[in-house]
Amino acid sequence: MEQLNIWFTNLLADNTIFNAQTLEYYAEGLATTVQLVFLSLVIGLVMAVPLAIARGSRRKWIKMPIFFYTYIFRGTPLLIQLYIIYYGVVFIDGIQDTWLWLILEEPFYPALIAFTLNTAAYTTEIFHGAIKATSKGEIEAARAYGMSRGLMMRRIILPSAFRRALPAYGNEVIFMLHASAIASVVTIMDLTGAARLVYARYYAPFDAFLFVAMLYLCLTFAILYLFRYLEKRMLAHLRPQS
Amino acid sequence: MRHSRLLLTAALSASLASAVFSGSVMARDDDPIRLAVDVPYEPFEYKTADGTLTGFEVDLGNAVCDYLEVECTWVEQPWDGMIPGLMARKYDAIMSSMAITEERAQQVLFSEPYYTTPSAWITAKDRDIDIQDKESLKGLTVGVQRATIQDRYVTDLYGDVLEIRRYGSADDVIADMQTGRLDLTFMDYPIAEASIDIDTEGSEFKRISDFIKEPKKYFGQGVGVAFRKRDKALAEKFNEALAELKANGTYEEIMNKYFTYDVKL
Repeated sequence: MEQLNIWFTNLLADNTIFNAQTLEYYAEGLATTVQLVFLSLVIGLVMAVPLAIARGSRRKWIKMPIFFYTYIFRGTPLLIQLYIIYYGVVFIDGIQDTWLWLILEEPFYPALIAFTLNTAAYTTEIFHGAIKATSKGEIEAARAYGMSRGLMMRRIILPSAFRRALPAYGNEVIFMLHASAIASVVTIMDLTGAARLVYARYYAPFDAFLFVAMLYLCLTFAILYLFRYLEKRMLAHLRPQS
Repeated sequence: MRHSRLLLTAALSASLASAVFSGSVMARDDDPIRLAVDVPYEPFEYKTADGTLTGFEVDLGNAVCDYLEVECTWVEQPWDGMIPGLMARKYDAIMSSMAITEERAQQVLFSEPYYTTPSAWITAKDRDIDIQDKESLKGLTVGVQRATIQDRYVTDLYGDVLEIRRYGSADDVIADMQTGRLDLTFMDYPIAEASIDIDTEGSEFKRISDFIKEPKKYFGQGVGVAFRKRDKALAEKFNEALAELKANGTYEEIMNKYFTYDVKL
């Protein structure tokens, strides 16, 4: 223990990079990243549920636009989507005079919009697949009970679909966290933005980026454990009984 | 093949002989001073349509030689071989926008700096911003290119009042100046001027500060003439000539021919 203490003191002794100022950059960056990712995931999730249900509709005019939307957003890089929403949209004539400008002026909201639309597209497809995979037996049983389509969706299909979608959705959350690293290209000071600032100040790429990589790792582990816990609880019926 | 080898041997022995008989490896006084440039690098050195070498540094170099009353010739040399060429005596000085750095100063001898590109604060034409009054800047947003000297300068000196947005490229800063997301930008002036019209008829942007080139801590030492370390006398002559040209107005005359901004150091 004492040795560890000495080792740690020596390690920090001639360190000029991690001072109060840069740690504050990292702390603010962490807050921004968590905010951005959390908000886009929550809004994206809320959007994805009705979209996933509608995506499975038999009516073409409902089904096709949603397929088109998910196809576009899953088929193009998130960075390009961010560029279009941040730099592209503002060159529409007269947009500066509308209420939209209040949202688009700050870099945070265009990034939030891009991230939300992107994760909503992926989540829609994940849920759509899970809904489609509901076993015929469950649906037939619900019909035999005389359930309406709405009731059947609410009580039978969605609960089991959500459970089935959980592992894939957990992946999407982690992907989203990592994808958020591009927010700094539109000047947002997220974790990566903080690391780039420290790098530029001290010309120490290893220290600046390894430290931020560690922070991302910690966040990823937190998400991983949350989903592992959820899977354990909600997919308990799928585990072999002892 | 054989013929050319013979020629080479002859040339080698001739040059050896001349080196031995002249008694010194130093250039003689009546030899022309050979100045190296890497062309094209507008407006510092480039060629006109008829092939004449011209530009700010070429004119300034010729003015120095006129003042020293020596003959000068210009040698073209690609940038990557610039310092090795100086060491190999292919020319006697480099006058090709070489920024003074510590690494280079270990190999070559620099003259006093003779120019640097300035930075400036720029805002929209209809904005009324006083950059001197720091209190009035509170809450304004400034755009800079990430990790540039301008970024450092603004972060250190204005970080407490301005909201700083850092961009990957100068183009992105310009784009957000045009959309109105940014109130201000602090930029390398030649880059800004190349991208947007500033202070011209009908332009949307104006410069609201002097051309800023100090402190050296941020903006560097500037550009100097590079010599071989042992050629101290030649460097001294150049320093004397440059100082005189700066004092008697010749420098300004040449500068105004090529720039709309102030590069004098």
